[in-house]
Amino acid sequence: MSTWALALFQRDLRLSVRVGGSALVGVLFFLAVVTVIPFGVGPDLNLLSRIGPAILWIGALLATLLGLDRLFQADRDDGTLDLMLMAGRPLELVVLIKCLAHWVATGLPLVVAAPLLAIFLNLEPAAMGAVTLTLLVGTPALTLIGAIGAALTVSLRRGGLLLAVLVVPLAIPVLIFGVSAADAAIHDPVPFLTPFLILCALSLIAAVIGPIASAAALRFESD
Amino acid sequence: MAFWDYANPTRFLKLVQVVLPWLTGLCVLASAAGLYMSFFIAPEDYQQGQTVRIMYIHVPAAWLSMMCYSIMAVSSLGTLVWKHPLADVSAKAAAPIGAAFTFMALVTGSLWGKPMWGTYWVWDARLTSVLVLLIMYLGLMTLWRTMEDPIKAGKAAAVLTLVGALNLPVIKFSVDWWNTLHQPASVMRMDGPTIHPDILWPLLVMAVAFTLLFFVLHLMAMRNEIMRRRVRTLRLRAASAAHPRSAVATAQPAE
Repeated sequence: MSTWALALFQRDLRLSVRVGGSALVGVLFFLAVVTVIPFGVGPDLNLLSRIGPAILWIGALLATLLGLDRLFQADRDDGTLDLMLMAGRPLELVVLIKCLAHWVATGLPLVVAAPLLAIFLNLEPAAMGAVTLTLLVGTPALTLIGAIGAALTVSLRRGGLLLAVLVVPLAIPVLIFGVSAADAAIHDPVPFLTPFLILCALSLIAAVIGPIASAAALRFESD
Repeated sequence: MAFWDYANPTRFLKLVQVVLPWLTGLCVLASAAGLYMSFFIAPEDYQQGQTVRIMYIHVPAAWLSMMCYSIMAVSSLGTLVWKHPLADVSAKAAAPIGAAFTFMALVTGSLWGKPMWGTYWVWDARLTSVLVLLIMYLGLMTLWRTMEDPIKAGKAAAVLTLVGALNLPVIKFSVDWWNTLHQPASVMRMDGPTIHPDILWPLLVMAVAFTLLFFVLHLMAMRNEIMRRRVRTLRLRAASAAHPRSAVATAQPAE
């Protein structure tokens, strides 16, 4: 089992970093969003350091949403998805591996870029670490939940906008607990661990529900 | 088995024809009684004054917004597990009604919030999760509109409905889990309602009226949806008869 899983993981990763893939566009978009915020709210450093974790989380959410339509669409266009459906492998596992590869290509760069962008937002080192940690734990949940939307809209030609509308309501709990964990690390009396553990739990729940629902949607889409 | 008897749309339409007039009559009676009780019999609240009467619309609408989603979730199970031909018709018909009730709950709530809380909108757990519910209703309605084949659209929407159903417990218990401005449940409680009977009775009658209204609208919408699908099939059949060479096989289980 591990050989085909590894092969699939490597294939998806390679496709997304090579020409035609969109792995690093997400980071650029993340940078653009974070750059735009100070123009909107004014360059007040105190204000920016207060809302910094929220800005980083919203930027990560938007960047993740932007890349999601590539998750299954390219494979559907060239027929690979049909082969995967017929290959007899558990489709849930295939989706999980594809999500993992997609997260390594698009989500992990966001996590790596977060401390750098936190400097723009005047975050303290502790807050910087907290935001990065919450993003590391939380962005897989965004990708896995987003996979449901990507699977539902895979057959639509302009599905990207609808995908965002469908996924955002489901992603709100992740956003709430991600930001509240990051905030708790900055403001002392609030415990950091409680929202952080809930965030971990949300990621684990998403790792179960996301692949099952996406696989179901993909099966219905193909028949 | 009665559940499967009404898998036949024609039989279902016959049932609707018999039930609908009675249901409509009951709904009109209950609404009249409920409105009369809430506007003329129920007393003013000693703190809220006349604005307490907004609650007779707000609370049933909020209950119905959640019940409607529950019905959609059960219908989605029917679509995916039992492949009941009317299940996706039921889910599709319920979505706009649920969106309307959710919208009504939000609007009446903010109209009540302005004099009582001093603001139309607060970002607290209950209000936010109901807003999320409204967005989910609208997203589902959009998803249905994007796909031409009603069967395929029904299955896709069923998957999303079930995933979104996780939001329901969050809405129900949001007032208990977080300390928020919105008051905790005061009618559906283990230790009995905490509302005075003078206010409780009109509220319950209104709730019955709203529930009947939902079922009347739901049955009507389901009937319309079945008719719409028949029209679609007839058109497809006419088109394929006009151009026999490009005939497309159309299977329509909902016929």
